[in-house]
Amino acid sequence: MADIVSPLPGVFYHRPSPDEATFKSNGDAVSVGDTIGLVEAMKTFIEIKSEISGTFDSYVASDGAPVSPAETLAKLDD
Amino acid sequence: MTLEIIKPGLSTSIQDLGRPGYFHLGIPIGGAMDRFALRAANMLVGNAEDAAGLEAVFMGPEIKFTQDGVVAVTGAEMPITLDGESRACWASFDVKAGQVLGFGFLQSGARIYIAVSGGFATKPDLGSRSTYPIGSLGGLNGRPISAGDEIPIGEGGASHGGKSVPEDLRRRPGSPAELRVLPGLYWNRLTETAGQRFFEDMWTVAPEADRMGYRFKGGRPLEFVEREQPFGAGADPSNIVDGCYSYGSIQVPGGTEPIVLHRDAVSGGGYFTLGAIISADMDLIGQLQPNKLVRFVKVDMEQALAARKDRKELLSKIGRELG
Repeated sequence: MADIVSPLPGVFYHRPSPDEATFKSNGDAVSVGDTIGLVEAMKTFIEIKSEISGTFDSYVASDGAPVSPAETLAKLDD
Repeated sequence: MTLEIIKPGLSTSIQDLGRPGYFHLGIPIGGAMDRFALRAANMLVGNAEDAAGLEAVFMGPEIKFTQDGVVAVTGAEMPITLDGESRACWASFDVKAGQVLGFGFLQSGARIYIAVSGGFATKPDLGSRSTYPIGSLGGLNGRPISAGDEIPIGEGGASHGGKSVPEDLRRRPGSPAELRVLPGLYWNRLTETAGQRFFEDMWTVAPEADRMGYRFKGGRPLEFVEREQPFGAGADPSNIVDGCYSYGSIQVPGGTEPIVLHRDAVSGGGYFTLGAIISADMDLIGQLQPNKLVRFVKVDMEQALAARKDRKELLSKIGRELG
């Protein structure tokens, strides 16, 4: 199991926009560079990209939750 | 000499102490959000205090040096590495050609300042190298840095690292952060109760916080003294006939969330401003992360000027310490 962590403080989102599906769901394949979520900071949405490949397990930080740098956002089976 | 940007971080930009003198034309003063930290970084590497450095917010960049030099990183707490080896913050260290400066995750604060001996030698606009992207001024052709950029470095500065700013001379916000406020021209628009509550309530930094302004939320909404809105003012009681905004002024659109105008702010508009954060505390705002707790503390002009003097004295102490 590997963690994807937030590089910055902000608000974490699971979806590209409120009425779209989550970026990843349990069992999805994840490649290096795939976006798994967004962190909003300074009026900008920053794409959080996976630096490893594997299978998506789950989101750890809730949708819309404030997150801190190095906080775990999601888990992968690598 | 040049620097090569491998990873830019998040809107990392070249900043010096700014371009005062054009605010009346709508061109912001610009410059580092934490000028205290930039000055300290410059002193550490033997530059003039107003030399240009890099301001990185929340995430550090990755930088490769093409020549030997001296580097210092001040401001937020963020692990620093040189070719993977740890380096101390608020201290100067030697770098060799080919070495790579990198950063770990932000631990506290919001912005780091990277100074290099000789300073960043990009083209100044209106007397400053500070990046103002909206007006395409300063920086690299008016923009923040991006991957692959080669930034020219000037001559001079220290020839060796090894200096450090003592812990008690570093300045960072407390918890909660206390920001001192001088009530302003429009203070009488607030009811007495609302004026008291503003200073009693605990506020948090909202996600809408950048170089233009910092928004705060969580306190009780303001109540205004009733009046018939003058000709030219909007209908909302937080509106005025357009007026000037100062650096540090606090506007409260709709009476709900205060916004402190910072280095890249607009110079005028139609919101009342209840006062201004004193100049000595503006640097502290540059080190606030979203969700950080903040209290506003009321001061008078005498206290504001004393605080300004204290901040100046702290900088001179650093200067003497680093000799």
